[in-house]
Amino acid sequence: MFKQASWDEPVVFNLGRKGRRGHLPPKTENEVTQTVDDISKLLPTNMRRKNPPMLPELSEVEAVRHFVRLSEMNYGVDSGLYPLGSCTMKYSPKINEQLAALPLLGTLNPYQEESTIQGILEILYKLERWLAEITGIHEVCLHPAAGAHGELLGALIMRAYYKQKGEGEKRTEIIVPDSAHGTNPASAAMAGFNVVVVPSDDEGCVSLGALKAAVSEKTAGLMLTNPNTLGLFEKNIDEIARTIHAAGGLLYYDGANLNPLLCKARPGDMGFDIVHVNIHKTFSTPHGGGGPGAGPVGVSKELTQFLPVPRVTFDGKNYHLNYDRPNSIGKIRGFYGNTAVLLRAYAYILSLGREGLAEVAEVSVLNANYLMKKLKGIKGLELPYNGARPRKHECVISAKPLKTETGVSALNIAKRLLDYGFHSPTIYFPLIVEEAMMIEPTETFEKEELDRFAETMKRICAEAYATPDTVLKAPHNTAIGRLDEVKASHPKTMTLSWRMHQKKIKQKP
Amino acid sequence: MRELGIKNIDELYADVPEKYRLRKPLKLPEAMSEFEVKRHVESLLSKNRSCDGMPVFLGAGCWPHYVPAVVKEIVQRSELLTAYTPYQPEISQGMLQILFEYQSMICELANMEVSNCSMYDWASALGEAARMATRKTGRNEILIPKIIHPERAATLQAYTKPAGITINRITYDKESGQICLDDLKKKISHKTAAVYIENPSYFGFIESQVDEISNITHGHNSLLVAGVDPTSLGILKPPGDYGADIVIGEAQPLGNAMNFGGPLLGIMACKDDMNLIRQMPGRIIGLTTTQDGSRQGFCMTLQTREQHIRREKATSNICSNEALCAVASAVYMTLLGPEGFRELGETVMYRANYAMRRLSKLRGIRTPVFNSPHFKEFTVNFDKTGLSVKQVSEKLLQRNVHGGKDLSEEFPEFGQTALYCVTEIHSKEEISRLVEALSEILEER
Repeated sequence: MFKQASWDEPVVFNLGRKGRRGHLPPKTENEVTQTVDDISKLLPTNMRRKNPPMLPELSEVEAVRHFVRLSEMNYGVDSGLYPLGSCTMKYSPKINEQLAALPLLGTLNPYQEESTIQGILEILYKLERWLAEITGIHEVCLHPAAGAHGELLGALIMRAYYKQKGEGEKRTEIIVPDSAHGTNPASAAMAGFNVVVVPSDDEGCVSLGALKAAVSEKTAGLMLTNPNTLGLFEKNIDEIARTIHAAGGLLYYDGANLNPLLCKARPGDMGFDIVHVNIHKTFSTPHGGGGPGAGPVGVSKELTQFLPVPRVTFDGKNYHLNYDRPNSIGKIRGFYGNTAVLLRAYAYILSLGREGLAEVAEVSVLNANYLMKKLKGIKGLELPYNGARPRKHECVISAKPLKTETGVSALNIAKRLLDYGFHSPTIYFPLIVEEAMMIEPTETFEKEELDRFAETMKRICAEAYATPDTVLKAPHNTAIGRLDEVKASHPKTMTLSWRMHQKKIKQKP
Repeated sequence: MRELGIKNIDELYADVPEKYRLRKPLKLPEAMSEFEVKRHVESLLSKNRSCDGMPVFLGAGCWPHYVPAVVKEIVQRSELLTAYTPYQPEISQGMLQILFEYQSMICELANMEVSNCSMYDWASALGEAARMATRKTGRNEILIPKIIHPERAATLQAYTKPAGITINRITYDKESGQICLDDLKKKISHKTAAVYIENPSYFGFIESQVDEISNITHGHNSLLVAGVDPTSLGILKPPGDYGADIVIGEAQPLGNAMNFGGPLLGIMACKDDMNLIRQMPGRIIGLTTTQDGSRQGFCMTLQTREQHIRREKATSNICSNEALCAVASAVYMTLLGPEGFRELGETVMYRANYAMRRLSKLRGIRTPVFNSPHFKEFTVNFDKTGLSVKQVSEKLLQRNVHGGKDLSEEFPEFGQTALYCVTEIHSKEEISRLVEALSEILEER
């Protein structure tokens, strides 16, 4: 059985001792200090820092030990199956890490003269072309730092498009299905749109009737994830696209679930006008505990004029950064994107090639369906929506029967899975499934690991019937037991920094 | 496949309409072996020239600083590198504690109480801070300085326009570049949600009237938002000392390589004011205990602000952030400590001022344009040399030195001016090479 390291590791402020140093910055040369005035003259008194920052004081080895111990109390894809649905937690090839860590990239400033950055511009330019080809769309912009950032850009492009058409005032609504990721409505709202939610039908797909009722002359667009968060391909995609386009709206593709379609089918061909791609999902770049990712956005020909500046262009000989784009929405961040992340994707595509990418898609679908088959027979679990239809990259299982019969919920199963050395699936999402467990195994786990996972799920459900307390009180084998998340967010006990912690200690009688 | 009773994986794609099934191969490269990929990427990157092979005096929001070996080692720990957002805190204590420590150390540097665990970058943090301030105050105007990074201003524009927020600019003093207080007093009103200042400014000088600005701002019940370069905070007065309500900035220089401008690491911190905290975007990690109260632990907090719960009513759409960059910064801040930050700040300031002093002795060169104290960046004007910034930069490059950023298009009112950057990685010899190269260029004119 799994047993995670459980160090009693103090917060860094409680380590070290006054005067210890972990790193010495280069010293200023004597000639330099002799040439210029003393710092007390260079910096006016009223702008000088009075008290040094209360940072910890550790030696290098203490710092290393601290962070190594903490890393041992963490779990990544390299540790084992991490089947978070819609997150595509696949293995990140190590060569890509080595390439991204090269000083040849790290030392590049974004404002260098074009003649000194031809290599990196070539990489970005080619990656844009490849992503355009993969998504079947006209042009791609690599700037967005994450999927949600891409969604925001997409929604801003919609705004600019309608403004140019003189329909800016009229097109106020963006439609999202009730199975959509939370970022979709949040991004639409940030871009100033009202959000209209359409329900799913009995099959788990967008209800055509509801969609037709929701569409009007106010409709700016529909944000759609396909395959959706139930892992189902939106079979009526044709009719959906026709409906939106007939109303003068734009179709937005949330690329969180692009993995199963790689080199198998393309959103651009299905009529999507704007597409974002999650580089940190589909193209294997590591999630880093939450980021950095990258969320390039592709658009149809008509919309390219609105993309942020600068665009990377190629004149047949040299690469350039072109800022002369009068209709551009401007910028959504500094510089040109999360280049170190994008470079890894470039290497990933090269390693796999077109056939390899198609195989990625196929195996991810095969794995998801295999796991679904293994799980749906387990007592206490059920498969909502048409069980006969194949899923794509993920499946959603409901623990509702188990909850009713034993009191053990999806949350408890999730916690118990940790005890067996698996990360848990996404739970309670999509919102339309009660006690949902959204499972995406990805292509990078072999049959034996999937079998172990299915076996473990079976064992946990059996435990729920026999010894429910074991599951209800899980996890037992992780670095720490179940945390009080209510206390963490309660205004009275909320502690968001070491400073707040010190303040709270002092306040206590 | 046997288990699923299928003969071909294609059967699993049966519900994708035939006309959308790709039957022809896409125009993508053929697969390469690992060695070929490595050789190919390295050869492309070798076409670039960078501060690895020549002195480069560029910063402008993405700065060259040394990344200690320990930082590189820790961020490659695969338990951290290959983890997702810590949705299951019990198995993710390592990442959670490090992010809590990052937040806490940012608070110490900025003298604030609360920090989130990262934004994409400084520019998008500014956009989010503006929206946060308007939600908190119910007002819809933001005042920003005229001297600001154009990309930051453009990002602010894109982020705020859909929310109906107006951005107005405060002029600067012609001699010092400092914010013109009279103009601020004239423009600030009951509509002003926030006044935004930067310290050091985009042009590298220190804005010294922070207390006055703070008083004027708070006198109108507006919020003060301060943008900082954290490498200055070992020696420069932290924004908490002058009453900033929200602090943003760029933490890339704290342990993250430039990487051609990304990933970066946006700072977002605020005062311990529940009304502000509730409006904060992004993930915030908190200290708590186990349910039985026996042990201290960490988890994500206040998630009801966030998109996965609140959907269209969330404070922001941000989901994936820059967590691993925050880990790098946490390690960096730990290694440096208070003394390291003081030394770093002093070294940078000494060297930048040394470079200014040497350059200003060259005929025809005026530096800095403003007579204010400068930290690590400074303006260099070439008007009297008869050369444009572009021409100077080309000639420098021929001598294997990369000059500063051309400001002549962004700020035509300053003529042929460039923004130069000097940090602790620029040795006296490198600065001398720049001075000698420029001197040669001016002589051959």
